[in-house]
Amino acid sequence: MDKETKKVLFEPLVDNNPITLQVLGVCSALAVTSQMSTSLIMALALTSVTACSSAAISAVRQHTPSSIRIIVQMIIIASLVIVVDQLLKAFAFDVSKKLSVFVGLIITNCIVMGRAEAYAMKNPPLQSFVDGIGNGLGYSLILVIVAFFRETLGSGKLLGIDVLPLVKDGGWYVPNGMMLLPPSAFFIIGLIIWAFRTWKPKQVEHNEFKIMSIAHGEGGHH
Amino acid sequence: MEAYISLFVKAVFIENLALSFFLGMCTFLAVSKKISTAMGLGIAVMVVQTLTVPANNFIYQTLLKEDALAWIGITGVDLSFLSLLSCIGMIAAIVQILEMILDKFFPALYQALGIFLPLITVNCAILAGSLFMIERDYNFGESVVYGIGSGFGWALAITVMAGVREKLKYSDIPAALQGLGITFITAGLMSLGFMAFSGIQL
Repeated sequence: MDKETKKVLFEPLVDNNPITLQVLGVCSALAVTSQMSTSLIMALALTSVTACSSAAISAVRQHTPSSIRIIVQMIIIASLVIVVDQLLKAFAFDVSKKLSVFVGLIITNCIVMGRAEAYAMKNPPLQSFVDGIGNGLGYSLILVIVAFFRETLGSGKLLGIDVLPLVKDGGWYVPNGMMLLPPSAFFIIGLIIWAFRTWKPKQVEHNEFKIMSIAHGEGGHH
Repeated sequence: MEAYISLFVKAVFIENLALSFFLGMCTFLAVSKKISTAMGLGIAVMVVQTLTVPANNFIYQTLLKEDALAWIGITGVDLSFLSLLSCIGMIAAIVQILEMILDKFFPALYQALGIFLPLITVNCAILAGSLFMIERDYNFGESVVYGIGSGFGWALAITVMAGVREKLKYSDIPAALQGLGITFITAGLMSLGFMAFSGIQL
């Protein structure tokens, strides 16, 4: 694998993560993460849609007038999502029921559109495909981390296997019910962002102004 | 009538699109820095939602649903797999038409809402409203109420969020948590607040 491909593939994982830095695709990232199995399926679905749509959009990029490009992108993405949706309904019906409308919402997932606009319109198909996979993986990484915490702490299980024995089954772990509720996903992502930005200080956003401390009556001469 | 009121309250508070289904989060986090812009976007979402959910409901019930084509004599056809494509097409078309109408007849309103309209096509809250309507098989009346309610709920959430963020500017937040990080945590706390409504039986 050459250096350029590697960069395109791995940069979105931490350095330019679509969720924590580009603020894309947060919508569905949060709702499906109460269980590991649904998040893995969702991550797989999104990664394949992003990769294929980026490749397809990039393949027709020179034939698309820019005035109708959004519609063309929409149609390509929507058709791919329909394929994924039908496949899930055929082969993984239970998961598809649990994901409910969120598979359909891949259409409006900003990661897919964002990559199509920002990358696929300017680069050849193969590179766009790799870029799609890279961004899909960045999304998947966050999804898996959030799902890991929510499922283990919330129900003491991981992928349906007992990890922390629950009190009601004679173990020691009292499950934290809040982890199964939607707000916990916000907290976990907030904390992930905190961790990422402590590790990579150049991602920190700076306030428009500094807070001045008024210590010892000097009135802010610091 | 009572059923409609309870559906409205449910759509606004208990099943708030932003805070209990995390929909439209990208715009929710990006455009909630100032109350005035947040309110503008909220109103735009509400208007579009009120138009698109019933419109999609009409298309779904008369064309796509299983056996829906019975009125022209075709039975046994189930086109519901096309609903994703028709929903997003309908939304894009309505947003485009709305933009043109506003531009032509209400220039002042266009000035205020114009910049938000293109954002709305790819707002997941709008598409989700239509998809929830299909999944729950609402009839036309219910879809109108659901459209208004869910749009209003989203507008309410983003306005409140912007209010909190305006005040938050004056607080001393750890450097790495500034901006997006603290916004997520704030949204989490607000979402907890909205969870309190889920105990209400209607």
